[in-house]
Amino acid sequence: MLRPYQNEPGSFVANQFDVIILGGGPAGYICAIRSAQLGLGTAVIEQDKLGGVCVNIGCIPTKALLHSAYIATLLKESKDFGVEASGVKTDYGVAMKRSRRVSDQNSKGVEFLMKKHKITVVKGTGVLQPGKKVKVGNDVYEARKAVVVATGSRVKGIPQIGLDINKTTVISSDDALLMERVPDSLAIIGAGAVGMEFADIFQAFGVKVTLIEALPRILPIEDAEASDVLTKSYRKRGIEVIAGAKVSKATVGKDKVTLEVEAEGEKKRVTAAAVLMATGRAVNTENIGLKECGIQLTDRGFIKVDKNLQTTAPGYYAIGDVAGPPMLAHKGFREGSVVAELIAGQKPHPIRYDNVPSVTYCHPEVASIGLTEDQCKEKKLDYVAGRFPFSANGRARGTGETEGFVKILRDKKYGEIFGAHIVGAHASEMIHELAVARENEYTVEEIDLAIHAHPTMSEAIGEAALDSLGRVLHI
Amino acid sequence: MATKVHMEALSPTMEEGRLVKWTKHEGDAVKSGETLAEVETDKAVMELVARADGQLLKVMVPEGTTVPVGNVVAWIGKPGEKVDGDGAGAPAPKSERSAVSGAREAPAPAQAAPTPAPKPTPAAAAVPADATRVKASPLAKRMAKDAGVDLKLIQGSGPGGRVIKRDVEAAPTAAPALASAAPRSADRAPRTGVPYEDVPLSQIRKTIAKRLVASIGPIPHFFLTTEIDMERAAEAREALNTQLGDEGGKISFNDIIIKAVALALVQHRACNAWFQEDHIRYWNEVHIGMAVAIEDGLITPVIRNADLKSLRQIGAEARELAGRARNRRLKPEEYTGATFSVSNLGMFDIDQFTAVINPPEGGIVAIGSIVPKPVADGDRLVVRRRLRVTMSCDHRVIDGATGAAFLKTLKQMLENPLAMLL
Repeated sequence: MLRPYQNEPGSFVANQFDVIILGGGPAGYICAIRSAQLGLGTAVIEQDKLGGVCVNIGCIPTKALLHSAYIATLLKESKDFGVEASGVKTDYGVAMKRSRRVSDQNSKGVEFLMKKHKITVVKGTGVLQPGKKVKVGNDVYEARKAVVVATGSRVKGIPQIGLDINKTTVISSDDALLMERVPDSLAIIGAGAVGMEFADIFQAFGVKVTLIEALPRILPIEDAEASDVLTKSYRKRGIEVIAGAKVSKATVGKDKVTLEVEAEGEKKRVTAAAVLMATGRAVNTENIGLKECGIQLTDRGFIKVDKNLQTTAPGYYAIGDVAGPPMLAHKGFREGSVVAELIAGQKPHPIRYDNVPSVTYCHPEVASIGLTEDQCKEKKLDYVAGRFPFSANGRARGTGETEGFVKILRDKKYGEIFGAHIVGAHASEMIHELAVARENEYTVEEIDLAIHAHPTMSEAIGEAALDSLGRVLHI
Repeated sequence: MATKVHMEALSPTMEEGRLVKWTKHEGDAVKSGETLAEVETDKAVMELVARADGQLLKVMVPEGTTVPVGNVVAWIGKPGEKVDGDGAGAPAPKSERSAVSGAREAPAPAQAAPTPAPKPTPAAAAVPADATRVKASPLAKRMAKDAGVDLKLIQGSGPGGRVIKRDVEAAPTAAPALASAAPRSADRAPRTGVPYEDVPLSQIRKTIAKRLVASIGPIPHFFLTTEIDMERAAEAREALNTQLGDEGGKISFNDIIIKAVALALVQHRACNAWFQEDHIRYWNEVHIGMAVAIEDGLITPVIRNADLKSLRQIGAEARELAGRARNRRLKPEEYTGATFSVSNLGMFDIDQFTAVINPPEGGIVAIGSIVPKPVADGDRLVVRRRLRVTMSCDHRVIDGATGAAFLKTLKQMLENPLAMLL
């Protein structure tokens, strides 16, 4: 059902809006809400469920499954805490169904938000047309101010080496999230956030997991010390971790896959009931009429945008994954909001792409902001690293979550926080103290001056700041 | 509703400002944070920035006019909007100045209503509007302090005009251009047939006048002159500079004199004192004010604890402070708090002069040129490098004999520089 947009007093023009957003994922729906808040007539075109990958087949359901994995692991270790749980069984199907309910709730939540803000949702596949128009089926929608492209990204395989996704033996995260039963063994190619999280989930559900990463260490974009802790933690739990690995050949059988892997000069054969491809995502830029509208792509295949997220075609903006890395929902959220404000003629604060937190929700969690220590070295920055291990933190000892650390890299002269890295339980929740600090240009001294409650894991942040100043208290 | 632009207090002591130059003109579009005009305060030339977006509707004061802080100098609003033309004279009440900062967030009504004057809303009035307060991130504050950059001179680009790191990094290291129309004192007088040129008093000239009238008037000066043999000081200086070689930071006579004055003051605390109306403050620390000629005036940056510093330290500090003094980038704490001053015109071939005391200090020494002169050495005539030093004393603090004793020590120190090591 279309909600006509009131064009001028007394006249109604159907299919006309101030802003039309192609894609109802995180970037798109936030752009719609913010546009509506600013009094713009707004429409969102979505071919699937509102909320996009994040809500339906990404961030949200994996967090539900990771919690199932956490409970399974916790119960196995609960005897030490005086709680004996015998006969603990895991059932991935039940966990999966619960994760679907969570996703559905969230998707319905987005639907509700669209209604609340009187945003028109058009179900269907939109194709851009010149003149700020979008065609959906036989209908043409016209934007008076701007069209925003927020078509997101999708999973991809590596057909070049025979690993094309077939949904049975070569699967993507999409398939893994909808499986009723787990395979006996699983090889995961790619140890970024997605690979790391699924390795954690499947290991907890009793699957023999082999994690293969092409770069020299798992979690390659994180600080090397974070990779070290996770490598040790995973190996201790029985996950086989092969980093610096090249998959030279893949033989895909009916019920198994054999991979020829070269790592550290040795050839290895990895056989698993299935392979999960977690090597990155492809952006959805095909068949949406970009070329016809004069919207160009970058060398890496993203939509080319200027600092105001405007594409090469005036009146067309791009936000979220299609507009370039990092491909993170919260980066898309902010872009959506900023573009809405730009369209409404406001002057939003520019996005600080160097201050987007990065979080992997494996156990222990890894969260970071800013530069890694290696990047500080590459940039020849005069830095001091401050560290505090959770093994010295009272709260962490109490809960038995002593794996990990807080590390703060600060400018030697002025104390600016170049980067911060947290590995440990609740790292995803704790990183924001440092995000706020960096956004406001607080230095390590302001971090220390802020009183941290005792006993909390967050105390480790204050201690890491103190350590960088040479006056750590609890070690 | 149009927004008033007030003369803001751009320095803590500023009571009025001279509008040197309008950088925006009537009809120009202006954005909040953009520079509207250059204003000369009692200390420096600073920028007056817009606190609202819109068009510069009306300029109320011409260039060169001196305006008390708080007075309306211009109006910003929507094109075509009418403003009150009589706003120039009356100082704005405090609450209306508050309304300026509050007005930034207020959305402009679609229809421009001709309005006599913006009325302060209760909400806006509650906002503290201290034009001297600088919003800056902790990091920016540290960097600015280190770089000796005055945050008040920087336009912030962070939320709400807050000064952030990139603003400090982008701040020019050179001083803001002096747009003053006053001729430089060193300029040759042009023979154009016009017998004289009237130049209004700049703010710094007024300050100097006020201070020096306060000095020579009520302060009973007396002067003591002595001639010092500088041969050994010159030899010591040459030896030290040879020793330093290419390391840079050569020792100057001025450095040696400052050090000697400081050390002599340690021995004569009676001369290292402030007259404080109902009491005299004798200083145990020695902070030497060093008169530096700057364009259109002079200022005395302070070398703190000069008695405790090496010649190289004094030299480095003196050059650095003098450099920033000429660029008008001294912080208030860098030109206040001297316990005694030195004024050196040696480089201008002045044989001898008297310097005016900078109150509340009790004395100042005036340094002339070091010149070779024939002097009697026993019954022979020899040529020696000689320096004439004249001390001005506030008789309320220093008596003739006290001053003479200090000068004697100073003379001994300079004639036998090794004495400085004692």
